[in-house]
Amino acid sequence: MSVAVLTIARATVRESARKKLVVALAVITLLGIGLTGFGFWRLTVLSHEVVRGVPRLSVTELKTVTSQLLIVAMFAFSFVLALSTVFMAAPSIAGELESGVASAVLTRPIRRIQFLAGKWVGLGVLAAAYVAIASTLEFVVVDLVTGYRPPHPLQFVAFLTGEALVTLTLTTLLSTRMSPVTGGVVALGGFMLAWMGGIAAAVGTALNNQGVATVGTITRLVMPSDGLWHGAVYSLEPAAAIAGVLSSGRAQAAANPFFASAGPPLAYLLWVAAWGVTVFSVASWSFRRREI
Amino acid sequence: MVEREDAAIFTSGLTKTYGAVTAVAGLSMSVPRGEVFGFLGPNGAGKTTAVKLLLGLARPTAGNAWVLGAPAGDTATRRRIGYLPELFRYQSWLSAYEVLQLHCDLGQIPGSRAKAEVERALVTVGLAERAHDRVGTFSKGMQQRLGLGVALLGSPEVVFLDEPTSALDPVGRRDVRDVIRHLRDGGATVFLNSHLLSEVEMVCDRVAVVHHGTVIASGPLATLLSDSGVRLKVEGLEPAGLEKLARFGALQEDGDWLWVEGITVDGVPDLVAEIVTLGGRVYAVEPRHQSLEDRFIQLLGGEGPS
Repeated sequence: MSVAVLTIARATVRESARKKLVVALAVITLLGIGLTGFGFWRLTVLSHEVVRGVPRLSVTELKTVTSQLLIVAMFAFSFVLALSTVFMAAPSIAGELESGVASAVLTRPIRRIQFLAGKWVGLGVLAAAYVAIASTLEFVVVDLVTGYRPPHPLQFVAFLTGEALVTLTLTTLLSTRMSPVTGGVVALGGFMLAWMGGIAAAVGTALNNQGVATVGTITRLVMPSDGLWHGAVYSLEPAAAIAGVLSSGRAQAAANPFFASAGPPLAYLLWVAAWGVTVFSVASWSFRRREI
Repeated sequence: MVEREDAAIFTSGLTKTYGAVTAVAGLSMSVPRGEVFGFLGPNGAGKTTAVKLLLGLARPTAGNAWVLGAPAGDTATRRRIGYLPELFRYQSWLSAYEVLQLHCDLGQIPGSRAKAEVERALVTVGLAERAHDRVGTFSKGMQQRLGLGVALLGSPEVVFLDEPTSALDPVGRRDVRDVIRHLRDGGATVFLNSHLLSEVEMVCDRVAVVHHGTVIASGPLATLLSDSGVRLKVEGLEPAGLEKLARFGALQEDGDWLWVEGITVDGVPDLVAEIVTLGGRVYAVEPRHQSLEDRFIQLLGGEGPS
C-alpha cells in the first residue's frame, strides 16, 4: 500500500475519531449492549422459574431462544453499522469535494485512486474495529449473563465486516458524483432494498414462487450486503437450533429472515469479492473523470 | 516568447467549455520562470478555471498546458507546485500544525525536513501562536493565512495564488505581498490571480488581462502601462491659446487643472514654455502615470474590475 493511501487513511481515521458521530455511535452501542444484556438476564431468570415442577425452558430451549434473540440484537447492530458507514463515508468523500477541502489535497503528488483508496481503507478500518469491539462486548455480556457462546464468533465478525465494506464501497462510488446527503440516502436505500430482497427471496422460496425468489436472488447479487448478513446469521446459530428449525419444515425455515440453514457458498463469496473490485474500479474511473 | 520547456507555465489554445458556456477560449500564454505573474480579469473571465486547468483539477476541452515543462496535472510535477485555492477550506477537525503536517506527508517531504517546513510556514504566515488550535475555530482570514502556508510547503518552484488576500485585512495583505516578494527573491514563479489591481501593480513583474476566456493584453507591467501624460495647474490661458497647445497632445480641462494626454516627459518643458508664452501662469506640473486600474478599464472598454 502506498504512502499516499496510508496518509489519507490515517487522516480519515483521525477525522472520524474527532467527530461527534463516533461518540454518538459509541453511546448508542453501549446502551444497546446494556439493554440487550438486561433482556438476556431477564430471559434466563424467567426460564429458570419452575412451573408445575419443571423449569419454563429446558437448557436446549434456552440456548435456541438465546441464539435467535442474539441474532435479532446483532441485526440491530448491523443496521446501526450500515447507517454509520454511510453517514461517515458520504461526508468524508463527497463533503470534502463539495466544501473545497479536497482541492488543496488533490493538487499534491497523489493520484485520485490513491485518495479514494485511502478514504476506503480508513473508513473500512473503522467499520472493522466497530464490528470487532461491539460484537465482542455483546458476546461477552451474553456469555456472562446466560452462559451461551455463539459457535463461530470470528466468522460472524468477518461476515458483518464484509457487509459494512459492501455498503462502504457503494457509498464510495455514489460519493464521487453525488452530494453527501443524496449519496448517503441512495446508499442507505440500496442497503434496505437488499435486505427486503433477502426477505423476498425467503418468501418466494417458502411459497414456491419462482418469480419472487428470482427477484430476491438478483437483489443479493446486485447488492450483496444481505447475502453476507445471512452468512453472519449462520455463524451465530448452534447446530441444534438449525436442526430444530429444519425439522419443522424446509419452507417455513426458509421464510424466516433471521434464520440461515447454510452459509453462503464459496462461489457467492468470490462473487462478492469481484463485485467489490468492480464497484471500486468504477468509483475510481468516475472520480478520475470528475472535475474539481 | 519563452519556449515551452523553459517556461514556468505555457499554454497553447487552452479551451474549456461547460455546455454552451465557454469559460476559457483558446488561452495562449507563457510565464517565464522566476517572475511574479498577475492574471487579471473581471468576474467570469475564466481566471479560476484557467488555474484549475493548469493544476489538472479540470480537463481542457481543447488545447494544451504545461507547467515546469510537464503536461498540466502531471502527478510528479505537483511536488514542485504550491496552490492556494480561491475557495480555501481546510480540515476543520485538525490543528493548523496538523494540516501542514498532512500536506508535508502528501507532498512527500521527508520527515527530517517536515517539522522545520511546518514551523517555517507557520511563522511566515503569522500563525505560530495558533499552531495547535483547531482550524474550525479560525476566522476566514486565518484560514487564508493557513492556505498560504500550505502553498509554501516544500519550497515550490511555481506557486498559484488564487485571490490570496480576499479575506485579509490591510496588514494581512501587506504580509502576502512580502511573502510573494520573498518567493520571487528565492527564484520561484508566482501566478497571482487577483482582482485587487493596486496590489498586483505593487508586486507583479508581468501581467495578462483576460476577458471572456482569452488574453486581451499581456506583457511586462512597465510596457503595459503608458506614462505619457501630464497634469498642470494653469491660470490666465485664453481659449485661442489653448487650441495652440493641442499639438502637444489631447487636452482636457478640469477646473484649474489642464490634462495633456499623449505627451512624453521630454516634451513637458516645451509645453510649459509654450503656456507661459501664451500668457498662462503655471502653478503646478504633475507627470501622470497610468494606473493598472486605468489601463484595465481602458482594455475592457469601460467595464470595471471585478
